[in-house]
Amino acid sequence: MNDKLREIKEKAIKQIAESEDLGRLNDARVEFLGKKGELSQMLKSMKDLTEEERPKFGQLVNETRQAIEDFLEETKKKLENKELSLKLEKEVIDVTLPAKKINVGAKHPCTLALEEVERIFSGMGYEIVEGPEIEKDYYNFEALNIPANHPAKDEQDTFYINSDIVLRTQTSPVQVRTMEKGKLPLRMISPGRVFRSDEIDATHSPSFHQIEGLIVDKNVTLADLKGTLEMFAKEMFGENTRVKFRPHHFPFTEPSAEMDVSCFKCGGKGCRFCKGSGWIEILGCGMVHPNVLNMCNIDPDEYSAFAFGVGLERIALLKYEIDDLRLLYENDDRFLKQFK
Amino acid sequence: MNTSLNWIKEYVPGLNCSAQEYTDKMTLSGTKVEGFECAADNLDKIVVGKILSIDKHPDADKLVICKVDIGKGEPIQIVTGAPNVVVNALVPVVLDGGRVAGDHDGHKTPGGIEIKAGELRGVMSNGMMCSIEELGSSKDYYPEAPDNGIYIFDEDVEVGSDAIKALGLDDVTHEYEITSNRVDCYATIGIAIEAAATFDKEFKMPEIKETGNSENASDYISVEVKDNKLCSRYIARVVKNVKIGPSPKWMQRRLKGVGIRPINNIVDITNYVMEEFGQPMHAYDLSTVEDNKIVVRTADNGEKFTTLDGQEHELTNDILMICDGKKPIGIAGIMGGENSMITDSVKTVLFEAACFDGTNIRLSSKKLGMRTDASGKFEKGLDPNTALLAINRACQLMEELDAGEVVGGMVDVYPNVRTGNEVKFEPEKINKLLGTDVSKEDMIKYFEKVFLTYDAATGMIKVPSWRQDIHCMADLAEEVARFYGYDKIPMTLPGGESTMGGKNKSQIVRDKAKNAARFNGFSEAMCFSFESPKVFDKLCIDAADPIRNAITILNPLGEDYSIMRTLSLEGILTSLSLNYAHRNKAVALYEMAKVYLPKELPLKELPEERMKLTLGMYGMGDFFEMKGAVEDILNECGVRANLKYEAVKDIPYLHPGRAAKIFAGNVELGLIGELHPQVAGNYDIKEKVYIAVLDMDDIVKLSDYDIKYQGLAKFPAITRDLSLLTEKSVLAGDIEACIRRNGGEYLEKVELFDVYEGDRIAEGFKSLAYSVSFRALDKTLEDSIVNKQMDIIINELKALGAQLRQ
Repeated sequence: MNDKLREIKEKAIKQIAESEDLGRLNDARVEFLGKKGELSQMLKSMKDLTEEERPKFGQLVNETRQAIEDFLEETKKKLENKELSLKLEKEVIDVTLPAKKINVGAKHPCTLALEEVERIFSGMGYEIVEGPEIEKDYYNFEALNIPANHPAKDEQDTFYINSDIVLRTQTSPVQVRTMEKGKLPLRMISPGRVFRSDEIDATHSPSFHQIEGLIVDKNVTLADLKGTLEMFAKEMFGENTRVKFRPHHFPFTEPSAEMDVSCFKCGGKGCRFCKGSGWIEILGCGMVHPNVLNMCNIDPDEYSAFAFGVGLERIALLKYEIDDLRLLYENDDRFLKQFK
Repeated sequence: MNTSLNWIKEYVPGLNCSAQEYTDKMTLSGTKVEGFECAADNLDKIVVGKILSIDKHPDADKLVICKVDIGKGEPIQIVTGAPNVVVNALVPVVLDGGRVAGDHDGHKTPGGIEIKAGELRGVMSNGMMCSIEELGSSKDYYPEAPDNGIYIFDEDVEVGSDAIKALGLDDVTHEYEITSNRVDCYATIGIAIEAAATFDKEFKMPEIKETGNSENASDYISVEVKDNKLCSRYIARVVKNVKIGPSPKWMQRRLKGVGIRPINNIVDITNYVMEEFGQPMHAYDLSTVEDNKIVVRTADNGEKFTTLDGQEHELTNDILMICDGKKPIGIAGIMGGENSMITDSVKTVLFEAACFDGTNIRLSSKKLGMRTDASGKFEKGLDPNTALLAINRACQLMEELDAGEVVGGMVDVYPNVRTGNEVKFEPEKINKLLGTDVSKEDMIKYFEKVFLTYDAATGMIKVPSWRQDIHCMADLAEEVARFYGYDKIPMTLPGGESTMGGKNKSQIVRDKAKNAARFNGFSEAMCFSFESPKVFDKLCIDAADPIRNAITILNPLGEDYSIMRTLSLEGILTSLSLNYAHRNKAVALYEMAKVYLPKELPLKELPEERMKLTLGMYGMGDFFEMKGAVEDILNECGVRANLKYEAVKDIPYLHPGRAAKIFAGNVELGLIGELHPQVAGNYDIKEKVYIAVLDMDDIVKLSDYDIKYQGLAKFPAITRDLSLLTEKSVLAGDIEACIRRNGGEYLEKVELFDVYEGDRIAEGFKSLAYSVSFRALDKTLEDSIVNKQMDIIINELKALGAQLRQ
């Protein structure tokens, strides 16, 4: 009987090993382990054995069955893997074929630049505030220490609706309106459209965008202004950017300055881009003039403030090396799509 | 504003720096130098030579051979074709290896032209005698130069000496951007004070001597100023026995250094003084001044006057005039009259140095369309105290130049003497504003450099009257900052209470809308806010439509930019048109920008500005893709109310059968549609254009991101298909609304999954197939409940004209 079992086992192992696919393997399973299979037949023959022999023989049969089952299972896994590999091989695709994309549009380069500026200042606690584009002369000029007939009014080439209402030439009126509300301390930037009567050419447009920033608090200093704008410049134009502050004049700030950044193309060595100087003029800034604070009912003895203003188009032109401002307002798809 | 560096050095003798150093340091201390030009940049090895002999060239009729003494060694031989050489002439000679700026026609060569010894028609030439043009200048500045030929010195200069220096070409002209607060810097003296302070050198004021004979000017002239506001000071002095002639070379060279051509001694003196002190002056021929009287008054409306350039002007009563006893003789601060101008026969000159109101001069000059050197200075608002220095300086120069006999005394009408400001000196406050720790003593030192003096007794800083920009502590702080050095001020970050930065709700919703538009394939456009009034015709808008009531700009760049838009379409359509013309195949654009709606015209208060999201596309998609984009955008914007579309036929710029108003609940949010082919034609687009305009202000009001989680369904849904047959005119939107209305409490979803029009159904009909799902959250629905609800729906649909399809 033992020999018979050994024989079955060997026969089974051989047949399993020779099965080339899952179907044949199943045949083997039925033949050896099925109800009518050889092992079942062997068990049936147990009735011919003595009481003592039976358990031992039963155990032997089970061991044989287990061995066959284990081998069967192992072989099954191998065959399955083989079949999967074959299937996958047939499913090969050309991965270099073009992608199927959903057609996403592009952001305007000015928006890209604006988002950068907004990100930087939002992170420093500046809220983004907007205001009217058609503005009262008072907010655009007078409240900013530019009284009637001040030459600065001519400098800014204002579009007038009537003697009291203008197209704003700067976004500073938003700052005045916000300061008037009296919630201090205040940190804000006001981006938006502004208008000046410049003829359209490669570097001028009668309609463009400005971002003006303002902080009002106790103990705000010119040093804080420098530090803040240096941080902005490094974030905006790269970690190695250096800044230079030059005294300047704006009616609404005192002291005032203009900030240059080291040319981000040549790193400050001087190139065609920065006209050889190594520096690029970026923005105007200063400590808010006490007259302006007074007009907004803020006590300049208690509070101080700094403000800065930067032209969005200028940043976009510089950052993306666009050589003609007019491209920004033509909205040619081939231009816009470059900013995806 | 330009200065000559040599002129500056006259007042700051210790100044010793290169043109570039000067530029950099002056800019950092607040006097912004825009650029500079060195006259001698391309000139090298040029000396004064003396022509010893002139011989004919053996082989060329037009050339001669000169022996020229160049001050050392043997005389050199130079061959020249110049027609004006004569023996003993002193001429500029460029030596072998030297450089000149250009050719004798005045064309300059970048980097100059190198001159080398060589043979000319077989005769050796060891250099070149130069014309003034070859030296980079012109007869304009050197009137003694010949029209054609070598420059010949008409004064005694040392043979062998530097000709560049002898001609005053060793100068540097700096150009500045002077800010409107620093009127004092529109003068060489003002810049020199800044230069002395910047380089920490001594400033030397030119000495102005008393001049004049024993007579008194008041015997020659009287002055009456009728408007002391418009003319705060008027000084008159008289010079008799005037001899008109050229001014001396030194004065001509100074004027050349700032770009002014010499004319004659009187004009040159007034120009010189104007550059030096920033004070314009005027000279009248006293013999033309009737009644020996000057009256300063405003003109009469309609009064006519001819200025010395021969132009006649019609005046208005806000223009200030200088008149004699009978008639106007000059427009104050702008230009003198033809009737009183200096001619070569002048005997007695009346000098005027006055101070006119800057704003008035600016407005008058604008009104008359005349901007002169004088008005350019006056309109900045001058210091009346400078007028005295200037007129005395001019008289002194008249005397020194022997141009006439100065009459003693003056007539000076100056009722309200301007004194300098006084500002309290608060060093702690200054340091607190700047974030610095500059000592009080250092501050005082900085102030003194620019003649701001500290009065320890009163604690005040006395500001000279020419510094009209200093009124308060912040102004003093700026003086400290710029002389301490903006670059030395530390860089710190603001401390203080922290603030909540970032965007408000409407900005966030707008960003979401823009992103949704972008992910639907639209690129962002930026267009102008002002446009042409013709836009309304292009959009086929009725002549009486109130949308035509747009705000007009008083001074637009032109009609095409003259109204503030009330509709947002023009920008996008023009941009699409440009793309179409550029043959870009399929383009989708959006713009997020405002329209401007006046509450009344003419405008009395600020208009309503509404933010619009405008979408437009051609060459791709259809109405329903645009609709999909709109719904995606509204969904992103948090519009939760049910959207409704109401077909509209009367939007003039939209296809009457393919246009709808978009509603969320009862709120109208905008328009969607196919552009009317006629309008598309007006924009030269020969394809279907789809547009949508959404009102962001209303969208923001509806925007709601307050989402609450609903438990996931635990019980199965029952879904029934509903195949309907209706006349074409029945709207799918109405059918869906009917199903929803009658769906009962368990209705979960209604979905249109098929629309069919064609052979298999009757003409004029369409088939719509819906899938309708019901679900209860707390139990498994029984068929009977759903059946009952479906019966109700079907029944109601019949009333709408929709039959179950058999």
